[in-house]
Amino acid sequence: MNIGSARDDVLYMDELSHKNTPIHRLDPRVKIIVSVFFVFTVLSFNRYEISALISYFTFPIFLLVSGELPAGYLTKKVLIISPIVILIAIFNPFFDRETIFVLAGVEISAGWVSFFSILIRFFLTAGSILILLASTGFYEVCMALERMGVPSIFVMQLLFLYRYIFVLLDEGSRMVRAHALRSFSDRHMGIKIFGSLVGNLLLRTVDRAERIHRAMLARGFDGSITLQRRIKFKTFDALFVVFWPALFILMRRYNFSGLIGYFLLGIVK
Amino acid sequence: MSHHIVEAKDLYFTYHDGTQAIRGVDFRITHGESVAVVGANGAGKSTLLHHLNGSMVPQRGEVRIGDFPVTRERLKEIRRTVGMVFQNPDDQLFMPTVFDDVAFGPLNWGLPADEIEARVDEALTKVGALNLKNRSSTRLSAGEKRAVSIASVLAVSPDILVLDEPNSDLDPRARRRLIELLKTFKHTKIIATHDLDMVLDLCPRTIVLAEGKVVADGRSFDIFNDEQLLKNSNLEKPLRMQEYPDFGQQK
Repeated sequence: MNIGSARDDVLYMDELSHKNTPIHRLDPRVKIIVSVFFVFTVLSFNRYEISALISYFTFPIFLLVSGELPAGYLTKKVLIISPIVILIAIFNPFFDRETIFVLAGVEISAGWVSFFSILIRFFLTAGSILILLASTGFYEVCMALERMGVPSIFVMQLLFLYRYIFVLLDEGSRMVRAHALRSFSDRHMGIKIFGSLVGNLLLRTVDRAERIHRAMLARGFDGSITLQRRIKFKTFDALFVVFWPALFILMRRYNFSGLIGYFLLGIVK
Repeated sequence: MSHHIVEAKDLYFTYHDGTQAIRGVDFRITHGESVAVVGANGAGKSTLLHHLNGSMVPQRGEVRIGDFPVTRERLKEIRRTVGMVFQNPDDQLFMPTVFDDVAFGPLNWGLPADEIEARVDEALTKVGALNLKNRSSTRLSAGEKRAVSIASVLAVSPDILVLDEPNSDLDPRARRRLIELLKTFKHTKIIATHDLDMVLDLCPRTIVLAEGKVVADGRSFDIFNDEQLLKNSNLEKPLRMQEYPDFGQQK
């Protein structure tokens, strides 16, 4: 992945957050609370759980559909980071060899079950966080965090990070291009050149930070940033924040997908 | 009316690395004047401008805004009086959206929340950028960024506008629009620039800096006719005042 496509990705995510659907209109605080609740419930299952987790896909699928978000694109984004999780989980089948059930004559070890359990959890949690960002927008998330009592110094850091990520990416890609143009066929950048490039970027960043600070002072900055927005807590928000966590708890207590499975089996027999 | 005076008296400033950026600058700009500050790269233009709103503090001499010297105690008041438009809009527009950027000043000066929106709209309308209100600053064109930068300064209604190379990155049309916009402002204006043609349009008076000193201060037209002065300060006659080359006879 090069710098240009990283930039496009961030911009595309930003664009997604400008849609106008019931999900986009939700109070960002509500979305954060429900998402965090979702993540914790999913993570609270024991490590051999698979079937009960399946029912949790209702939440991200509901958000994708009613938020009119591109499922394929977001899935791809989750897949890109999945190797890290696979790398962590892949050792389970080797260490945990005890057979727990037999499927079509093949012994399935506990290790494989926990491997898939980890993968499913990863898809659920990473997916729903990504959906949260895509349907809310980074700034709204920051603002909601501030309203929810996160210290403003952290929120400010996030705001500036996001505002200047583009400027930094541009600056970085110009430097990489300048290097590529003068290094001809030798595409490999030695550690020495890379080091001075990064050092140079850091110095530029420090200079820029100083100029920005001056610009802020010039407009009366005194240590705190206020975002002027009105968030309104509506009936739909209240329904959302009650319904989903309640469903998560129900799904935690009763294995819905298991129940449906038994029910279907019963009909077949 | 004498309250919007900008005055520099025997100003000196040396950077940490020993560069003497300003070495004895004196001038007095009165209410409603529009003055260009020109000079070669490194002549001390930006350093001088930073002194005018207290971003930098003089090491010797003083800067007076209105009837008071620029001191740390009066910074807040001075920064509200002197609106500064920075050279690079990316430094000036640091907030998530255009609205947030324009509202930043008014919010910091403690204006009531329900007045903020009206202020922002007013400032954006003045620069013809009201339609950009909810856009993110990252995605604006250079001309739009410049307009929003100016709006972000106008939002606190300063008396004095200081602009650092306001058209350095604009295409000819955006440049023209900026000039027309600046013409409509009644503020005291101080503009640092290399664009001497723009100076002809906007500033009857010009201050020429060279190596940290004022080498000329007078009517723009007279200064631009002084070939020797222009040459010594790395400048060139505005294109409009140059002779039109006769291509027909050049064979």
